[in-house]
Amino acid sequence: MVILFYFQYILFFEAISLLNFLFFSYFKDLVGREVTVELKNDLAIRGTLHSVDQYLNIKLENTRVVDQENYPHMLSVRNCFIRGSVVRYVQLPPEGVDIELLHDATRREARGG
Amino acid sequence: MSGGPGLESLVDQTISVITNDGRNIVGILKGFDQATNIILDESHERVYSTKEGVQQLVLGLYIIRGDNISIVGELDEELDANLDLSKLRAHPLKPVIH
Repeated sequence: MVILFYFQYILFFEAISLLNFLFFSYFKDLVGREVTVELKNDLAIRGTLHSVDQYLNIKLENTRVVDQENYPHMLSVRNCFIRGSVVRYVQLPPEGVDIELLHDATRREARGG
Repeated sequence: MSGGPGLESLVDQTISVITNDGRNIVGILKGFDQATNIILDESHERVYSTKEGVQQLVLGLYIIRGDNISIVGELDEELDANLDLSKLRAHPLKPVIH
């Protein structure tokens, strides 16, 4: 029983890291594009995606806060590092979504590998 | 592409940190690690309110635990010099809710 649980535990974390890796590579492909990152404190920041890492920390260049009137806290910031743990959404440019690629990936997943 | 969004390029520069409880701390980045723990020198907090301009509280040398950090922004000295903090009014930032 203990062994079984342990096995499930490993599978769980492998699934997590695999998923993480998928998102990581996806975001890496989006580097150089304009994205809007919405944070868990309701702040939304728009900028050019400069880089991403394994924790999905994000670095943006040429940033501006979407609602600058109500959020003037970052008026003198043009480049910023956003911790992955506080990101709620990343809004992507439509041309950054490759529908064919996603179709293929989901079909492959549905077939079980 | 560079090696990821590290903070190397910001060392010894003035940065503006927004913490998970909505505080804004400005200081010189002296060090950081994998978990985004950071060391800030000559730091001060900027307190926003709707009643009066931005208050600046001197904090000195600060270490902030990575867990508590939302944003690390590179402060553009020129833009910041042109900012009249005494006239800036705003609600304090909301805390992060996970």
